[in-house]
Amino acid sequence: MSTNGLIGRSVKRVEDKRFTTGHGNYTDDIILPQQTYAVFVRSQYAHARIVRVDTSVARAMPGVIAIFTGADLANVNGVPCGWQVNFKNGDTMKEPKHPLLVADKARHVGDAIAIVIAESKDQATDAAEAVEVELEELPCVVDAYKAVQPGAALVHDDVPNNKSFDWALGNPLEEVKEAMDKATHVTTLEFVNQRLVPNAIEPRSYNSSYDPVSEKYTLYTSSQNPHLIRLLMCAFVLGIPEHKVRVVSPDVGGGFGSKIFHYTEEALLTWCSKQLNRPVKWTSERSESFLLDAHGRDHVTKAEMGFDEEGKIVALRVKTYANLGAYLSTFSSCIPTYLHGTLLQGLYTTPKINVDVTAVFTNTTPVDAYRGAGRPEATYLLERLIDLAALEMDVDPADLRFRNFIPPFDGVQQPGYQTQVALQYDSGNYEGVLKKGLEMVNYPEVRRAQQEAAHNGKLVGIGFSTYIEACGIAPSAVVGSLGCRAGLFEVGQVRVQPTGKVSVYTGSHSHGQGHETTFAQIVADKLGINLTDVEVVHGDSDSVAFGMGTYGSRSLAVGGSAIMKSIEKIIEKGKKIAAHKLEASADDIEFASGKFTVKGTDRSIGFGEIALTAYVPHVYPKDLEPGLDFSSFYDPANFTYPFGCHIAVVEVDKETGKVSLKRFVAVDDVGNVINPMIVEGQIHGGVVQGIGQALFEGAEYDENGQLTNGSYMDYCMPRADDLPMFETASQVTPCPHNPLGVKGAGEAGTIGSAPAIVNAVIDALWSGGHKVKDIRMPLTSERVWRAMNELIS
Amino acid sequence: MSTRINVTVNGLQYSHMVEPRLLLVNYLRDVLRLTGTHVGCDTSSCGACTIHVNGKATKCCTLLAVQADGCEITTIEGLSHNGELHPLQEGFNECHGLQCGFCTPGMIMMAADLLQHNPQPTEESIRHALEGNFCRCTGYQNIVKSVQYAAEKMKMSEAVH
Repeated sequence: MSTNGLIGRSVKRVEDKRFTTGHGNYTDDIILPQQTYAVFVRSQYAHARIVRVDTSVARAMPGVIAIFTGADLANVNGVPCGWQVNFKNGDTMKEPKHPLLVADKARHVGDAIAIVIAESKDQATDAAEAVEVELEELPCVVDAYKAVQPGAALVHDDVPNNKSFDWALGNPLEEVKEAMDKATHVTTLEFVNQRLVPNAIEPRSYNSSYDPVSEKYTLYTSSQNPHLIRLLMCAFVLGIPEHKVRVVSPDVGGGFGSKIFHYTEEALLTWCSKQLNRPVKWTSERSESFLLDAHGRDHVTKAEMGFDEEGKIVALRVKTYANLGAYLSTFSSCIPTYLHGTLLQGLYTTPKINVDVTAVFTNTTPVDAYRGAGRPEATYLLERLIDLAALEMDVDPADLRFRNFIPPFDGVQQPGYQTQVALQYDSGNYEGVLKKGLEMVNYPEVRRAQQEAAHNGKLVGIGFSTYIEACGIAPSAVVGSLGCRAGLFEVGQVRVQPTGKVSVYTGSHSHGQGHETTFAQIVADKLGINLTDVEVVHGDSDSVAFGMGTYGSRSLAVGGSAIMKSIEKIIEKGKKIAAHKLEASADDIEFASGKFTVKGTDRSIGFGEIALTAYVPHVYPKDLEPGLDFSSFYDPANFTYPFGCHIAVVEVDKETGKVSLKRFVAVDDVGNVINPMIVEGQIHGGVVQGIGQALFEGAEYDENGQLTNGSYMDYCMPRADDLPMFETASQVTPCPHNPLGVKGAGEAGTIGSAPAIVNAVIDALWSGGHKVKDIRMPLTSERVWRAMNELIS
Repeated sequence: MSTRINVTVNGLQYSHMVEPRLLLVNYLRDVLRLTGTHVGCDTSSCGACTIHVNGKATKCCTLLAVQADGCEITTIEGLSHNGELHPLQEGFNECHGLQCGFCTPGMIMMAADLLQHNPQPTEESIRHALEGNFCRCTGYQNIVKSVQYAAEKMKMSEAVH
């Protein structure tokens, strides 16, 4: 196959111009003819019985077209959960209805009670304020651990102990206990992996319309996966025929997981558009985003890691309470289980592992995938434990890792690595990334500076995180056997136009990842044509045959592989056409640098001429169809397993507890790289979201279930002046099981970074004699100061 | 009760009757249909709505349209001239200063204000100038580089002229 060197080059993004000139097209930019606007009446209580909803005054107000309440939707299904997890005893998880509008009781602040639709947004807002709602406030539960205790208020009357399910994975508990008993050192950590708000800067937005003549719906949605939204909405919620629904995700302003899910508003607006025969639009306000966009993390965990006298890990035992919020969001059930428990092998040869998870309903915003989704929780757990163990045993944390790493394997000559927690790693060189990281940070020098600082009464710390993740989600049969209710393949169509220009249709969706550039690089490279001769189309169910969308760092590994399959079919057919024209056998034709050539001769035909011939088939093989247009489905053979090493150097101010991030080194191995510039950008952004968790962010609920920091004035996110310049490098261990050898880069930064920061702060404190085991994230000045002054239990 | 406003936006004069409660950002987006200016929050915390009002970077999600009466406004759509991109627009492409693009117009308008007053900013002063603008995608590093690129380019073009 040919190559013109486009793969592997930092090509500037082709999509940038529309964004830098203000010509992006986001859902909220769209106003349709006869547009109407929706505003919601929402619960101000975390848990309340709905006594009365009176819309009579509101209905008579100017511009009001319709108001619907839960009673109007009694016969409409709720939004489904896409992954079934069973209890340890085999019972099916508890999966209460998540209605489009609540009729009986509200289960979290922001639960929707009524939708008001008017000619303008201001009129809808005015009328929504005039809807009279009488609520009887009920006792609520906020904390996952407290929610399963006897006597706790019930979020759903028919879900005992608020337990959606309990679940376990790994070696039998008895074996793990036995190994742990033999350990010469056990590090124990009880900690909270706090709840985060994803906060894509574009608020969610939907605009749904219905054409009574064609009986067809069109939904514009700020979604990461339009086809999946169509499938879930048509088949599970509204029961409308899929071929009569077009779902379009135009430009989408960031997702980070929060725009994967099928939200109630999408289905409700679509339902309303048919009742009214007019398009209905709703764009979330930021305060609504805080209350409604699925949150991430929120684990309460106790973990023990046992070591033998040589510092080898002998056992790991984990018990986690995962807060799922008030309802099961689309993928919520698989996050604390199959995307968390399965990663607890980490990079280490730990022989015995047991993880036990209890998934709990509370009167809070639903929790689901947020960048990394389960894997940051697993990494945080492992990497905090091993760094803490090093401090406790007075061993160097890098050395302790080297003693425990799984040895290098390429997945071709050496087989993949079978973990104790169900996965088989594809390929890895774990010591390689740590060695490189140590060189980059100049480890001996940092340790020397730390000692010098300690001597001068200053606190400097260095923290490590060597992570692995499972992405390129996912082999359909594997996830199906684990309860996933969808396939996780991808679709890629390559349509060569008669003039040799190429349109690529992908089921992946770009909301910042740069597919329009990266995918075009692949196609142009493999077909030996110019980058400008390729256009990538995504996000429209009427253009793209099917798709499973973008999440789990899957676009390139799965979506890119589907495109590769189609490219191979194009070349194979091109060879047949060329063979006919060159009067040779197809087996004797080779394709390189955009030319079909008879092997060993100078007789050749260019790609453009073959394209034209396929559409003007005058001189053409008798048994061959005209056209040069192939679509492929690609279902991966395995997950992909990127890994890396993140190192943070911090200084902690003794007087105030303020943490200053001095350096951040990231060595990531994401397999082969198509566009290094884009991969580096993904790492930067991911790292900052991890730094955000470590130092700044965290959803805070009070005991009444009120989110007390639900605005940008109160929820602290990293800003430009909070961060240093990052030092990044890459190592390449190709993925052995997909045609591009790629692993995925979207989540790596977030998965690796948070524990490195926290470990660095703990290390700094120990250097000053403060032998603190844990500080709850985010590490605010107050929390660090309190920890230093032993003011927390 | 509506009020008449007269504004100049990207060099064109407009006169409209507007409700007193209409926010300037909604006037630009919904009335003039200049949708490059975005709304990311409702507390002027995110900076996605940054435009220039009388030459000064302004977050227009907390400004009423009536307050802009008589003002001269530049939005992201008015930043390039005669089809030639502003050095910042070029810099953001060159240095991969954007991913999803949603914060980009506000970020560029804020940086343009900085470069007017401080043509050769340090890394620290760039970070300080942009601290009112959220980006959730890039981690800011490449945004800083984009602004440095633009500053360098503007300096060079000044040297030529």
